[in-house]
Amino acid sequence: MPSTQTLIHVDHASREYRLGETTIRAVNDLSLEISAGEFLALLGSSGSGKSTLLNLMAGLDRPTSGAIHVRGQNLAALDSQGLARYRRETVGMVFQSFNLLPRMTLEENVELPLRLAEVDRAERGRRVRQALERVRLSARSAHRPSELSGGEQQRGALARALVNQPAILFADEPTGNLDSTTGEQILLLLQEIQQTLGMTIIMVTHERPLAERFANRIAVLSDGRLVDQLAMQTGARA
Amino acid sequence: MKPRDLTELAVRNLREAILRNSLTTLGVAVGVASLVAMLSLGVGLQTLASDRLTKSGLFDAVFVTSRRDFRGPGGDGPPRKSSAPPEKFKPLDEDARQQFAALPNVVDVYPQIRFLTDVRYNGANFSTNVLGVPESSRTASAFDGITGKYFSSPTAEEAILQADFAKELSPQPATLVGKEITLRYAERRAASPDEIAKEKDIDTQLDEMMSGGISIVSREKKLRIAGVIESDPSAGIGGFGGGRVFLPIKVAEQLHPAQANDVQDFVRGGGSGKPTYAALTVRVQNPKNVLQVEDAIKKSGYNAFSLLDAARSLRLVFTVFDLFLGLFGSLALTVASLGIINTLVMAILERRREIGVLKSLGATDRDVKNLFFAEAGAMGLVGGIFGVTLGWLIGQALTWGTTIYLRRQDLPGVKISYVPWWLAASAIAFAVAVSLVAGLYPAGRAAKLNPVEALRYE
Repeated sequence: MPSTQTLIHVDHASREYRLGETTIRAVNDLSLEISAGEFLALLGSSGSGKSTLLNLMAGLDRPTSGAIHVRGQNLAALDSQGLARYRRETVGMVFQSFNLLPRMTLEENVELPLRLAEVDRAERGRRVRQALERVRLSARSAHRPSELSGGEQQRGALARALVNQPAILFADEPTGNLDSTTGEQILLLLQEIQQTLGMTIIMVTHERPLAERFANRIAVLSDGRLVDQLAMQTGARA
Repeated sequence: MKPRDLTELAVRNLREAILRNSLTTLGVAVGVASLVAMLSLGVGLQTLASDRLTKSGLFDAVFVTSRRDFRGPGGDGPPRKSSAPPEKFKPLDEDARQQFAALPNVVDVYPQIRFLTDVRYNGANFSTNVLGVPESSRTASAFDGITGKYFSSPTAEEAILQADFAKELSPQPATLVGKEITLRYAERRAASPDEIAKEKDIDTQLDEMMSGGISIVSREKKLRIAGVIESDPSAGIGGFGGGRVFLPIKVAEQLHPAQANDVQDFVRGGGSGKPTYAALTVRVQNPKNVLQVEDAIKKSGYNAFSLLDAARSLRLVFTVFDLFLGLFGSLALTVASLGIINTLVMAILERRREIGVLKSLGATDRDVKNLFFAEAGAMGLVGGIFGVTLGWLIGQALTWGTTIYLRRQDLPGVKISYVPWWLAASAIAFAVAVSLVAGLYPAGRAAKLNPVEALRYE
């Protein structure tokens, strides 16, 4: 069961971009609280600012103003090294286009975060096997991404996101490049991970039915602002 | 990231774009090779020249004359004041010789012994000059192409003939080696020189000497011919030269031959009664020691002279020569480093997304920078090692070609290219350093990439 403890607190955060003369506010004075163990879906049309918000919370980007507190730590105040550590130790990320490195085998891709975290070699092997088992890809560990199907690649990316045992998993349109059946399998896997590991999952999507089916809560964004929040009583969780 | 992981990733990245990275590395190798070939040529030619000069016996010798002697090489220096106290004039005698021999780094001290003689061979008589040759001449370049051998010992009763003279004795000079010749020479006997020297009037001294102070006796000496040489080992400084028959100097001294400068020698003997020398040659271990020995001899009251100044300006010429060769070699390496910059900048564009992924997984700016640095350094290291090998091969080829050319001209082959270990090591270090500097800009640019933008890049 998700605890009610606040894990992420977005506090009047804004993110502006300059395009020549005009200033675009991708995220506009947005506030949001996310509890530990929650499965939150950020829903919105393209350009609504949902991906920008995800990047801010994942420590890939900094707000132009406002604050983002994760476990009481303000990400906006961290230097680039501090943000890198936050991404390495607290965050796992899954992308729409999988982003597995094509030159490496699946196993090596999954090992990459452990290399960056300077984990012992013996320990690495064990954790990589465990992560691949969890996403049921052990048999494909020696294959390169180009030899895997889309669904397999996304499961591999998921294993890579989980291998460092992060507290929060960010997923940016994880089903966007997959057919509906495969996409559903990925979401089932995410849900399973949330429930068995108690992980907090924040997913960006523009497919409302999927969000309604798997998320605990839906936050709807439009023009960089939070316009609606819906708590779900998901069938799968009941 | 740990260095081992960094290296593994760098090597993997280099292997992936194998053709491009190999070409870049080859560029570095060619740059290093040209640098090494140029410098090895410089070092080789310098080694060759200084080796030849050392062997010539001109640059490792100090020529000493007495201050009373206004003749000789030292006499051409700044004019000495006539008011100099006469007590300071020291005779160049046996004591002085031993004093010089005891100086540090001195290999040999020998006088000039040259006398006229008749050589009898096969019943015929030939008139010629005999010259005493010091033991230290064993390594002199004049004896390099000897037919036969150098003197078997410093006191061997052997002779070496100059080729022109040998041809007078026999149409086939090589057959002379091992044969015996007889020297007929005049031996000088100084009878009671003390008494003669006490006479204050020079004219009287000369008279006494002519009448009986010195007696001259005709002598004969049998010598075995040890070898025949083309060139004259005594040519050059010191006032001697022109010898056609060479003896070990110790053997020549024991003959007590009457020499052309005996009269002067005798006068110079002053009140000491000991035999004096017109000039002594002091041979030192290394041209480097010449100055120090020269100074020591000057301080003890003799005229000393060396050709070191000439050697010094020669070294300057070679330093400038090396500088220019190095400059040309470096140009090639500069072009190669531009190749590294180009390759890595291209790699950043190509691997933008990969950099974004690495950063999203928690790679720090430093991790990304180090990765690119490691790749640049690896290209530099491999290029450097390959380049040194290539440069060495070019040098070998040059030596080989030169040797063939020289052989055709009936000249001995020489090693014109020389790669000492320090040149190899510093060339590799230089290649790595240049590559790292070349990687500075691309690595910095890669590290600064914004992960969000990098991930968006297709």
